Amino acid sequence: MNTAPSGLTPPVRPEYEHRLEPFTAVPLERALPWHERLWQQGWIRKGLILALLALLWEVAARWQDNELLLPTFTATMRALADGLASGELLEKVRISLTVLLQGYALGVLLSFGLTSLAVSSRVGRDLLDTLTSMFNPLPAIALLPLALLWFGLGRGALVFVLIHSVLWPLALNTYAGFQGVPETLRMAGRNYGLTGLRYVLQILVPAALPAILSGLKIGWAFAWRTLIAAELVFGASSGKGGLGWYIFQNRNELYTDRVFAGLVMVILIGLLVETLAFQALERLTVRRWGMQK
Amino acid sequence: MATLALRNRPLGAPLQGPGAVVGARDGAAQAGGAALLQVDAVSLEYHTPGRVVRATHRVGFDVFASERFVLLGPSGCGKSTLLKAVAGFIDPVEGEIRLDGQRVRGPGPDRIVVFQEFDQLPPWKTVRENVMFPLLASRTLGRKEASERALHYLAKVGLAPFADVHPHQLSGGMKQRVAIARALAMQPRVLLMDEPFAALDALTRRKMQEELLALWDEVRFTLLFVTHSIEEALVVGSRIALLSPHPGRMRAEINSHAFGLHSLGSDDFQATAQRIHGLLFESDGATE
Repeated sequence: MNTAPSGLTPPVRPEYEHRLEPFTAVPLERALPWHERLWQQGWIRKGLILALLALLWEVAARWQDNELLLPTFTATMRALADGLASGELLEKVRISLTVLLQGYALGVLLSFGLTSLAVSSRVGRDLLDTLTSMFNPLPAIALLPLALLWFGLGRGALVFVLIHSVLWPLALNTYAGFQGVPETLRMAGRNYGLTGLRYVLQILVPAALPAILSGLKIGWAFAWRTLIAAELVFGASSGKGGLGWYIFQNRNELYTDRVFAGLVMVILIGLLVETLAFQALERLTVRRWGMQK
Repeated sequence: MATLALRNRPLGAPLQGPGAVVGARDGAAQAGGAALLQVDAVSLEYHTPGRVVRATHRVGFDVFASERFVLLGPSGCGKSTLLKAVAGFIDPVEGEIRLDGQRVRGPGPDRIVVFQEFDQLPPWKTVRENVMFPLLASRTLGRKEASERALHYLAKVGLAPFADVHPHQLSGGMKQRVAIARALAMQPRVLLMDEPFAALDALTRRKMQEELLALWDEVRFTLLFVTHSIEEALVVGSRIALLSPHPGRMRAEINSHAFGLHSLGSDDFQATAQRIHGLLFESDGATE
């Protein structure tokens, strides 16, 4: 046979063995510098973003120089402090939150019922599919006139539209989460003799928790929006109004700074629930379990 | 069954060697007594959109107590489907599967499966809770006893220091060890393993095979093991069933109790591996 061109034959080099001593040259781990550790705190980064936005607002308001259209950040904060001090704002928040929590809790219960039905039978699945595609795109506010007709000018109508705004997105998310549970995990659960509700609660719900949590968040946001909008439009007629009614009333009286204070309150509650409830829940569950980064 | 096995044997197949090719029933008769697990002329089918595919056709074999029985075959021979049928996830369309003489109906904690996938461990449970899970779910033991037994078996697989971490903090090999500890803690009649080491790197796989054999030496569980590696089958198994693909049918049963990790590379080992290779691949046309 012909020999390979000499350039393509690798050289044969001597072998060697090292005797390895225990490794002590450099520490195996070292701590990050303090500013990097500080920057890893989410609340510091977010606080900085909030401060920047407030600064931007203040500058824009001063440049605009029209209190009726855009009160400054400081004026808004003053109105907010006044409202909180007099207790008026807190009372409005209390009214809004009680209605909100009622509707939210009922919506969550109903959606778990609906999705449990959907995972256990094909008809249940079809029912969920049909109902969500029918009602999910329907704005809750569009149902409010009908709800007022059915349940009267009170809490009942508000709870009804809240349920509507929570039920469908949460059911869709939960069901998607259930469907995404790995087949191996399902088989493992059935292998140990889990069936029915025990199977749903011990395998499907924890395995689908990331999707369920995001559904709960979406549901919460939808419910909040729906409530404030409903109070803005119809709050006047329901006797004692909540936050939305506070905003609407003050706009009518051209207290723009109070309108902004009411909006800030809505935002603050949103942030509070997000960080205190949902992020804490995530930290205790899906993050600790390594299901979410 | 014996006649079927004989009919399926190609004319030129050699009959000599460390373990002669015998029909499933002949093997059962030689060992004496009733088999623990009987797979009797089982045909399995699965559905794809628009068609029904036959995965195995009248497959039969017996597994005796403390045997390490391996199902070996190329992909498409239905070995994993067969294991799922033994676990009770799939019902046979023909034939039946009996455990202790009782027909298998649905999944149950007397046949614990160790899957190939790492996500068989619920990520929301710590390592110890994972091992306790089947014990509690099947209401075999109370919480306290389950916890003690979990620690005992975790120590056996060398994971006692990791009892309180969550699975995502473990390596792939450690996760499979947890799954094995979990299965053993249940003390099932049969331990079912579906290519449990296939997703591991080669070095870890070698170590896991060694540990599994050491555990078997200690506990003497009954094992039904699915693999597509001839070497792994010879090392892990005491008896190997060879399946032909599309659909899966019994090709041969071969004894491999003499082989272990120590015999890797020995002449006997190589010869048997060659023979299995021949049975699986070289006479596809002659089986009909």
